[in-house]
Amino acid sequence: MCSLPIPLEPLCRVAVTGGTHGNEMSGVYLARHWLRAPGELQRPSFSAVPVLANPAATAVCRRHIGRDLNRTFTNTFLTSKPTPDEPYEVTRARELNQLLGPKNSSQAFDFLLDLHNTTANMGTCFILNVTDIFAMHLCHRLQLQHSEPRPRVVVFKLSQEETFSIDSVAKHGMTIELGPQPQGVLQANLFSRMRSLVASTLDLIELFNQGTAFPAFEMEVYRFLSCTDFPHTEDGDLAGMVHPQLQDQDFEPLQPGAPIFQMFSGEDVLYEGDSTVYPVFINEAAYYEKNIAFMKTEKVTVSIPALPVLSPAPAH
Amino acid sequence: MTGKPIKKIAIFGGTHGNELTGVFLVKHWLQDGAEIQRTGLEVKPFITNPRAVKKCMRYIDCDLNRVFDLENLGKKISEDLPYEVRRAQEINHLFGPKDSKGSYDIIFDLHNTTSNMGCTLILEDSKNDFLIQMFHYIKTSLAPLPCYIYLIEHPSLKYATTRSIAKYPVGIEVGPQPQGVLRADILDQMRKMIKHALDFIHHFNEGKEFPPCTTEAYKIMEKVDFPRNENGEISAIIHPNLQDQDWKPLHPGDPVFVTLDGKTIPLGGDCTVYPVFVNEAAYYEKKEAFAKTTKLTLSAKSIRSSFH
Repeated sequence: MCSLPIPLEPLCRVAVTGGTHGNEMSGVYLARHWLRAPGELQRPSFSAVPVLANPAATAVCRRHIGRDLNRTFTNTFLTSKPTPDEPYEVTRARELNQLLGPKNSSQAFDFLLDLHNTTANMGTCFILNVTDIFAMHLCHRLQLQHSEPRPRVVVFKLSQEETFSIDSVAKHGMTIELGPQPQGVLQANLFSRMRSLVASTLDLIELFNQGTAFPAFEMEVYRFLSCTDFPHTEDGDLAGMVHPQLQDQDFEPLQPGAPIFQMFSGEDVLYEGDSTVYPVFINEAAYYEKNIAFMKTEKVTVSIPALPVLSPAPAH
Repeated sequence: MTGKPIKKIAIFGGTHGNELTGVFLVKHWLQDGAEIQRTGLEVKPFITNPRAVKKCMRYIDCDLNRVFDLENLGKKISEDLPYEVRRAQEINHLFGPKDSKGSYDIIFDLHNTTSNMGCTLILEDSKNDFLIQMFHYIKTSLAPLPCYIYLIEHPSLKYATTRSIAKYPVGIEVGPQPQGVLRADILDQMRKMIKHALDFIHHFNEGKEFPPCTTEAYKIMEKVDFPRNENGEISAIIHPNLQDQDWKPLHPGDPVFVTLDGKTIPLGGDCTVYPVFVNEAAYYEKKEAFAKTTKLTLSAKSIRSSFH
């Protein structure tokens, strides 16, 4: 496995981003709150920086203005020459790359935690690149600390050239995804759950910085396979919807032959794959424009090696 | 009392372009309307805000469901008018004119809410025997699935709805469903509400007599904003105990909001209220965290079509 470098120094430059999608309100309100009162993000060895990632989209409570910011942190966009008519998010991605990166450079932030909500019934979910051994350790520990609901881990396996999301700008990073919550709505239980997960994440980074051992472990993860599109009419309109038996069943096994869509005309469409998969992001509002009805994952166990133990930070 | 048979009905979807159940039911019925046809009735499905539907937004310039007052409907057409005001005039021309003899008899306007309101019928006039009878029929037919009647008759809080151009305006609101999402269970419930409504009209036109009835309703009293800081930003959110508790009694002293620092703000006053539209996404910009209602009983006289 081609892994990201494992940190050999304390992680002192940490950022927490909210409002990467302007209508996912847990992160929007936490980032705004911390920008006024950042004390909660301080630890002995570092102070995490709160960032409202897409302020223009947040101001109008939309996912994005011109294009999805969280798909814009590719080398191609980040190194493109500014043009007057480029989408707002391309300009903003370059700004954030200056602030938190530059991507793939030694000056980049050590860790970036990005906060999201989904309309899908995903409970507590962490999303990350499986090659980021440090972040995998954090997910494992967070799973042990936060049992209700049990956090799930969704992993992608992307090379540095393929990464596209805001956390890829930093040396290490991950996304916290909480649902279900409608776009534009702030629910108190998800807000406090997000807040507590961020606090635990910062505590774990502090533990690592202080020289705590993070031994090897095995962990069950959901590995991304592919997306399943909605059925469409010839005119490009939706021809059906997520089947009631699949709705809200994120992370539950989907067997070949099980219904996945209910057409407006009444008949069912069945899952035609030849193996059991685990669907996630079922009926996520933001994916209608991408035509995605859900994503398929497979459940696998991964072995993660121990982190090197840092020597305790000298007392100040 | 007797009344004329019902002739012309419209079913509106997409008055808010991101409330997808009505959008897709109406689009489906435009392709295949067999299930909404009844003998002797003209039933016309119609997308009211196609530009907002295309963008999957509530509206383009302003809320279409607030501009059917005589002032907006009478404004001189110009390019400077908000899109929804121009569109309201077109809709009024097609299905109204409001308060005229030629207007449609009944308009059903299909909406979704992010609040946990279940099946809701919205009534604008507590004296309308015909609609009270219809709502009673729909409630009875849906049982055991609950169905609530929300009465928006109020000197200042009633608003100029799209459906108000018809003689009998009916708002249908089903939730919870996020904006921009289509759920099969919610679609099934709304479809049943329309089926029972059309069946009722069909029975009425055929001469069936509906005896006097009473039914429970919730009447709007007051809209409640979120607590805000000096910059006008929201400083407290709906308390977990109130989230999803639409239609349930809320007593003085019960928690309503929780501040970002964790302090609970209770309900003041000295009367029990019934909250609705608790934490509706679209009402953040209208400065409405929920609305208080009071429970009452509506009664309707017996009705029968005059042409039998």
